[in-house]
Amino acid sequence: MALQSLDITARSATTTPSPSARGEAVKVAKLIDISKCIGCKACQVACMQWNDLRDEVGTNVGVYDNPRDLTDQSWTVMRFSEVEVEAGRLEWLIRKDGCMHCADPGCLKACPAPGAIVQYANGIVDFHEENCIGCGYCITGCPFNIPRISKKDNKAYKCTLCSDRVAVGLEPACVKICPTGAIVFGSKDDMIHHAEGRIEDLKERGYSKAALYDPPGVGGTHVMYVLQHGDQPELYANLPKDPHISPLVGLWKGITKPLMSFGVGLAVFAGFFHYVTAGPKKVEDEEEAKS
Amino acid sequence: MTNHWVDIKNTDLVLIMGGNAAEAHPCGFKWVTEAKAHRKARLIVVDPRFTRSAAVSDFYAPIRAGSDIAFLAGIINYLLSNDKIHHEYVNSYTDFSFLVNDAYTFENGLFSGYNAEKRNYDKSTWGYQIGEDGFAKTDPTLQHPRCVYQLMKAHYSRYTPDMVSTICGTPKEAFLKVCQMIAETSAPNKTMTIMYALGWTQHSQGSQMIRTGAMVQLLLGNIGVAGGGMNALRGHSNIQGLTDLGLLSNLLPGYMTLPGEKELDYATYIDKRATKPLRPGQLSYWQNYGKFHVSTMKAWFGDAATVENNWCFDWLPKLDKPHDILQVFEDMNNGQVNGYVCQGFNPLASAPCKVKVSGAMAKLKFLVTIDPLATETSEFWQNHGEYNDVDPAKIQTEVFRLPSTCFAEEDGSLVNSGRWLQWHWKGTEPPGDAKSDQEILAGIFLKIRDLYKKDGGAFPDPVLNLTWKHKIPAFPSPEELAKEFSGKALRDVTDPKDPTKVLVKAGEQINGFAELRDDGSTACGCWIFAGAWSEKGNLMARRDNSDPFGIGQTLNWAFAWPANRRILYNRASCDPAGKPYDPTRKLIAWDAGVGKWTGSDIPDFKPDSAPEEGMNPFIMNPEGVARFFAVDKMNDGPFPEHYEPFESPLAANPMSPNNPVARACPAARVFKGDWETFGKPDKFPFVATTYRLTEHFHYWTKHVKSSAIIQPEQFVEIGEELAKEKGIDSGDHVRVKSNRGFIVAVAVVTKRLMSLTVGGKKTHTVGIPIHWGFLGVAKNGYLTNTLTPFVGDANTQTPEFKAFLVDVEKV
Repeated sequence: MALQSLDITARSATTTPSPSARGEAVKVAKLIDISKCIGCKACQVACMQWNDLRDEVGTNVGVYDNPRDLTDQSWTVMRFSEVEVEAGRLEWLIRKDGCMHCADPGCLKACPAPGAIVQYANGIVDFHEENCIGCGYCITGCPFNIPRISKKDNKAYKCTLCSDRVAVGLEPACVKICPTGAIVFGSKDDMIHHAEGRIEDLKERGYSKAALYDPPGVGGTHVMYVLQHGDQPELYANLPKDPHISPLVGLWKGITKPLMSFGVGLAVFAGFFHYVTAGPKKVEDEEEAKS
Repeated sequence: MTNHWVDIKNTDLVLIMGGNAAEAHPCGFKWVTEAKAHRKARLIVVDPRFTRSAAVSDFYAPIRAGSDIAFLAGIINYLLSNDKIHHEYVNSYTDFSFLVNDAYTFENGLFSGYNAEKRNYDKSTWGYQIGEDGFAKTDPTLQHPRCVYQLMKAHYSRYTPDMVSTICGTPKEAFLKVCQMIAETSAPNKTMTIMYALGWTQHSQGSQMIRTGAMVQLLLGNIGVAGGGMNALRGHSNIQGLTDLGLLSNLLPGYMTLPGEKELDYATYIDKRATKPLRPGQLSYWQNYGKFHVSTMKAWFGDAATVENNWCFDWLPKLDKPHDILQVFEDMNNGQVNGYVCQGFNPLASAPCKVKVSGAMAKLKFLVTIDPLATETSEFWQNHGEYNDVDPAKIQTEVFRLPSTCFAEEDGSLVNSGRWLQWHWKGTEPPGDAKSDQEILAGIFLKIRDLYKKDGGAFPDPVLNLTWKHKIPAFPSPEELAKEFSGKALRDVTDPKDPTKVLVKAGEQINGFAELRDDGSTACGCWIFAGAWSEKGNLMARRDNSDPFGIGQTLNWAFAWPANRRILYNRASCDPAGKPYDPTRKLIAWDAGVGKWTGSDIPDFKPDSAPEEGMNPFIMNPEGVARFFAVDKMNDGPFPEHYEPFESPLAANPMSPNNPVARACPAARVFKGDWETFGKPDKFPFVATTYRLTEHFHYWTKHVKSSAIIQPEQFVEIGEELAKEKGIDSGDHVRVKSNRGFIVAVAVVTKRLMSLTVGGKKTHTVGIPIHWGFLGVAKNGYLTNTLTPFVGDANTQTPEFKAFLVDVEKV
């Protein structure tokens, strides 16, 4: 949002080349160390305060997770999982969920609205809601099920990694508020290095499978996790073990690019949108049947 | 805290028990994560619930709510029988060798001197054997059968691992694992910190739980050292300041005590408190009591306080009995209270047994609330449907609601858990007609003073003579008040060794309590705060975080009481010769060259007393050493003993099964009529405990939208086994009832509340967070203190919120 157009390296649904006057930017990353997270939800509050958003006061449905899910107002939520990896040894794994800022962003690839989703040179993937048409295809394209469409304005919202703060040299709001240092922010290289130290500490405490979560299937992410059980990310409220962009998105890009170059209006695609948004599962099944 | 928040980073082992630091103190908890990350410290959590602290722990052990003394006593037994104690420390710095009065006994769950009718003890046998020289007798060989060590060993040998498991429900292996981890810190270069809070204080035996924890720390040599200590985590940001300033009914500022109704003679009152040393060469710092007391009276009454009138001693109230919160509501309920001023307090929500509290307030003529928020207390008379089902027509109490500022709307100082007085500055203007507390109270005071002036009265003296020298009488400024509690010289104060040397000139702020005098030449509103605002300025406003020794001893950050000392009893971090037990965490050491104790902290000691002089580190005790045997300081026994909570699933106390008097704490006060309100396990089979959640602060943040969003609705936590038995699923509504009332809430069914085997019986726990009520922006709910029993700790009267009995059913 507050980064300049000069910093944009990729835009949705456009073939106009991105600006390249500036040199390479340092890639940033947020590292979430789940072994240090106390689930206080201060990050949720910092997010709603910085971005000036307030969700509904909801209900309790029998869990600590509130709001129950990501919404257009809640760009990050804590997900609590009670697990027994080792028999008789209870663990309460608390994962801060939100946009992972993929290096290879499925949302951006899937988005048909020119310039509604951009990727900056520092790696942040951002939504420019003024260009959003509310088709929801970013949701289909996201392997982590993150964007949410607002019922109020029918536009998609998600974590910006505080691109406005980062642009002026500040850390994201959630990082600033975190009382235990479970969320840290810096260059991706530094964060990987920091994670190595944390993993060593966890291994010394008996978590032999502790690992960094930076999934290669999406080109790595600019939000990474330190997991006590790196071999079982699905323990953490179904964090995908090996996320990939849906093959459907690749198919869609293959068709749209030539179409775009012919300058065909969006209305033409309407029928196609309807077909693909019927659900990725069904489409995937069809894809599988073809192969 | 004996230590302070930052110091927790210096520890090797953190024991969180009787508290839940990650949830209730998330910002301070960062120092635990620092210790883990940089010292490879381990974290143990012992709690009835697998909390968010447990979620980041290295080891968790479950325990039945209310059985902590048995657990800790078992640790004492383990340390003594496996010789895992810091020998030099306990031999030199504790009462191990002191001989106890031959008449002291402990039999069948009761200590000597018990009066069953009055439910209290005659404590005359709980003392030392005193020699002809007036000093306590000792046996340094520790062989004498009446020495504290031998008595203590015998007392705690009864707490075997099997007994611990029977009482606490903690699996034996888990208990032993905790013992092993803790025992490692008996090495002189290893230390453990204990972090506790309301999980220990809110029991009928809360004070003794804390004592037992302190005894464990003393055995290990972990008191007075960096990374050690007994660390009480305070909940409200200024609850430490509240007790420091003496806002408890039996206290004067700085932990001085009000006289009792039989203490009518001033000299006797002072003598009793200005204790003489009980061993040769000891400092016994309370010998200075008179200086602190007189300086307080000079601060209060100025020129009216003279040596001739014993510094207005007759004006002080003389206590007939404790007038704690339970006593006040008992009196109110009996129609003995006309009006109640409720400042920053919401007793309808915060006091136990809502039906009694509500009924008591209905008997008042008037109730004044001073609060930034609309509290449930201020609307106790209003019908709020199922959440407050009262008939306003039947309540005649007149309620005055005075809106006050909150902390962010005023300047002032707050005292944190680590005893730091930190000045803060107004962030924003107060809304509407809200006034600061001092403005409200000044308004009331000036009006009352005028009435006394005009109409006279039975006893006008203290009101008419109260010091009130504020620039704007109707608005005493925070700066004026801070200077008053720090203290000033009324006449020149001279050096006792050289009367020609003036230490502080008349009219100047004093530098510390060593300059206070009992001749009326000094005034000091709170002696332990002395020096916080000296001629150097407001030291509480200092913000220099330089850390020259690298162990978090930032002596130029704010001001810590007493005397800017950061770690209490720090002399005990050195061996008797004055060398630090752990030079890498040095606090102070004897510097023979300059003839002083020097280091990273202000010595908690006579600064020029050489080790050869044999002065011991616990200078506030007349013995000079720390006490395992509490002599007559506790109401319920010199050694902590396990008693069942007043409501317990066990019919008898496994420690003394044949003595029904010793089932629950025999010295806890129970009011007439309240015995009948206690429930029994046949009707109320489950152990309940109340607590706070990290998303909310007490009953305040339900008024805050962002907090309401992240934790919107009242719930109770139920273990999977109990839920299955009762056919309850997560998200169902359940009714939780005690013998005093019921609440309805959403059920959170969880693995984190384990069923335990207690006394051979399967025992389930129901967890009840407190934060909801009938006002605010969160979903309305029931006040949880509808359920809790009207009984408190035998020493402090803090209510037993942490362990009682309930039944649960699906609605």
